[in-house]
Parts: sequence; structure tokens; C-alpha cells
Amino acid sequence: MIAMESRTLPAPEPNPETKSYWDAAQEGKLLVRICTACGRAHHYPRALCPFCFSDRTEWKTASGNGTIYSFSVMQRAPVPYTIAYVTLDEGPTMMSNIVDCDFDTIRIGMKVKATFKPTESTARLPMFTPA
Amino acid sequence: MTIKGKAYIAGAFEHPTRKAPDKSVAQLHAECAKGALEDAGLTKDDVDGYFCAGDAPGMGPLSMADYMNLRLRHVDSTDTGGSSYLLHVAHAAEAIALGKCSVALITLAGRPRSEGVATGTAPRPGNPAQPDIQFEYPYGPTIVNMYAMCAMRHMHQYGTTSEQLAWIKVAASHHAQYNPNAMLRDVVTVKEVLDSPIVASPLHRLDCCVISDGGGALVVVAPEVMKSLDRPRVKLLGAGEAPKGQLGGDVDLTFSGARWSGPRAFAEAGVKPADIQYASIYDSFTITVLMQIEDLGFCEKGQGGRFVADGNLISGTGRLPFNTDGGGLCNNHPANRGGMTKVIEAVRQLRGEAHPAVQVKNCALALAHGTGGSLGTRHGSATLILERE
Ligand SMILES: [Zn+2]
Repeated sequence: MIAMESRTLPAPEPNPETKSYWDAAQEGKLLVRICTACGRAHHYPRALCPFCFSDRTEWKTASGNGTIYSFSVMQRAPVPYTIAYVTLDEGPTMMSNIVDCDFDTIRIGMKVKATFKPTESTARLPMFTPA
Repeated sequence: MTIKGKAYIAGAFEHPTRKAPDKSVAQLHAECAKGALEDAGLTKDDVDGYFCAGDAPGMGPLSMADYMNLRLRHVDSTDTGGSSYLLHVAHAAEAIALGKCSVALITLAGRPRSEGVATGTAPRPGNPAQPDIQFEYPYGPTIVNMYAMCAMRHMHQYGTTSEQLAWIKVAASHHAQYNPNAMLRDVVTVKEVLDSPIVASPLHRLDCCVISDGGGALVVVAPEVMKSLDRPRVKLLGAGEAPKGQLGGDVDLTFSGARWSGPRAFAEAGVKPADIQYASIYDSFTITVLMQIEDLGFCEKGQGGRFVADGNLISGTGRLPFNTDGGGLCNNHPANRGGMTKVIEAVRQLRGEAHPAVQVKNCALALAHGTGGSLGTRHGSATLILERE
């Protein structure tokens, strides 16, 4: 099954804590939030580190490379799509979609790379496609 | 301080309706309350504690307490989705143990079927202030594809198969055939489950629960109140609760909060999984049951597929009779929240009031467990251990 192009993506609603993430995505860059106190990256991005609760967190540009942790092809939808959790090379696992490929070939453990898809607004969504 | 032996479930009522276009949600709540109080042999005026969750219309407990015109000295509207009502039993026992109330009423009701809600298959935008929404909603998470990702990962990591998952539905259908109120009363086979269409891979239509209207209610009382009532005594021995989420990005879809809530409940009760004669286990999907059976310690992690296969959950033949009312998979899932009915069927089993074809012989020790929210993102988890005194 091949993804069709007609699926309209809802726009994210950024807030002051997350605006930089979405600004970067619009420019085709994936950011992760990293804690300079404990050194760990997390997702979704927060001002306070969810591991050590330090407020010394900052943005880092991610490689955009990751591995599929799990996925599901949503068949019962107007336009079928594949939802997934992708584990980034930087550590954290994020929810996303796997796109631009034959859904039947998607496997857990598959290497993927980020791609940025337009939404109903000017925002772009980080998604993943086989590397 | 423990709640062990400090509270009893004196009343339990499951609304018989499965489709209620002619009733209001508030009315359904009140009808359930009336049913549970009559079951206990108590009246509305005896109630001094009230518990409800997000399905109750109005702000927290306020509108329903006013609709029923209750005079209360304790309220609690903790909402952890479908697991709320198991939490409420535990919280009611805590309040009773502290003398804050002595007759606690818990209600649930809703009409998702009449209202035509695409419960499992439509992404829901939610409140944009919810911190996770912007990182999830645009990708199309639904109830079913989130649980499907749990199943996909479990299959990958432990070799679980769709056939094994199907056995869970088969067992539920064996029980539902004896429940005249159940939505799906036909016994199904593994092949029929596998032949039903995929909703979100790897879950089939028959891996999913039903969508129904309805509701239920419970009355939890202090020991001295129980002594005055002419009902079998169902005592709360132990309870545990635990929310679980994405762990800061260390996402692990292979286990649920039951890994934490279960041991807490068993420790308080002073019993082991092997002692349990009947288990009500939340069954929004077949994978929900399988993961919780592992997490509650009925088998080793990863062995759930083997454990549930070959009818091992069917009452009378299997090692762990589960959801003998047909559960959410076949009977009902009122308000899309199955925790209430999990407690109700456990109470029936302990009283010896389950259908004779599915009644566990001399059932004296039961477990009821619920999850709420989504195993694929964040969920509540609550475990109760109940004893026939
Ligand atoms: Zn940190």
C-alpha cells in the first residue's frame, strides 16, 4: 500500500515553551531538548528536564536519523496512514508518521530519516521515511 | 495504615441498556445509583460520600450530586479514564477508614453509541494546553492505533501472534453467550477473529471492544454498615494505583502501569497471583488483556501469548477465568470506560451471582484491574483485590 498525498495534516499549536521547535521544523530542522545538568535528551521538549528536573535545558539540532520502535498502519481512515514511534539517534523516542514508502515494507528496527511535511497552516511536521 | 478489611462493596449495579437514545446521561447515572443502592439495601439518604469521573456531566461531582440531591461530607472526582472507578473504590475505602464517610456511592454512565462517537478510530484534538497534544495530535493518534503499536512491539519483542490475541476474544465470547444483555452473544473462533478486517495493524475488528451506552454504580461501605445489611460480604483486601506515560522519551510499549499497581495491591492483600480464582481484566482490546496478565504476575513477561491461548481464560476449563460477563470485548463498554463493569462482575463472582454456566466454584478471592487513557501514550492503572468473607 502506497501513501496517498491527499491526507490533510492538522497544524500543531505551539506555545512559548515550544515555539523554537516548530520554527526549526519549518526550516527543515529537527530539534531535541537536551539537559546540560544530566546530559540527557528528552521528548516531547520541556523547559524542565523530565529526568533530573533541572531547568538547564537547551535546544540541539538532531541528526534526523532514527529507528522505528513500533508502528501501525491505520487502515480504517479516509486516507490510510502509518503512525509510529521512532527512536532518535540522540536517544528519545518520538511519535511520528512513516511516509513516502510502501506501508507493507515497514518493519520495527528499520532505519529512517526525517522529512518535513506541510500542514494546513504554514507549519511543517517532522516525519520519517526509510533511510 | 492499610485499607485491608476497612471497607466492603455492599451494592453493585450494571445498567441493562446498551443503547439509550431516549435517556439523558444524568438520568443514566441516577438510575445506576438507584440500582446499586437498592442492591445494597440502602437509600439515597444513607449516602455521605460520592465519587465520579469525567463521564459525569458538570463540574466534577457538583452537578450529579445536585441532580440526585445528595447530602455529602466527602467527594472525589479523580479522573484516570476507564480505570477511575477502581481508583474510586480504593479512595472510598481510604475515606471510610479515616471516618470521612461511611456509605460511598460511585457512578458511571454515558451514551457514546447513541451519540455516534467514532470512539476508537478518530483522532481527537483535545485541549491545546495539554503539553503532549501538539507533538501527537497532528500525526493521527487514535485509541486503536495506539494499542496497535503496543501489540506490534509485543509481537516483535516476544513473538506474540495474532492467533494468541484472538484467543482472548474467543474466551470473552464463550462467556458472553450466557449474558442476555451482552451486545455480542455469538461464540466466535480464532479464525473468525483473524478473518475480521484490520482496523489498525495488527489489530482486527474483533480485537476491539464494543461501543455501548449504559453505566454502572457501586456502593462501598464501612464494616459496621455492612454488618447491618443482608447481602454477601465482599471485602476489599488490597488496592494499588499507578499512572504511566512516555517516561520522558524512554517509551516502552511492552508493559503497563499494572507492573506497579499490581504488586502494591497484592502486597496489601497479602496474597499472590496464583491465589486468585477469578480476574476481571480491562479489555478495551485483546492486547490490553495480554499485557495486564503479564504485568499483574499471572505469567512471566513475554509469556502472555502462550498463557491466553487454547481457552485458558474460559471459566470452567481455563486456569484463569476472566471477564465472565463477556467484558468490554463482547458485553458492554459504557461511556468508553470499562473499569466499573470490571468491579461489578468480580462482585457477582464473589457473591455467587454470576451466570451458573460461568460461575467459578466457591469463588472467594478475585482481582479487578483497569487501565484508562491509552497504553500507547499515558494511562492510569488500578488494581483491586476482593475477598468473599
Ligand atoms: Zn536532566
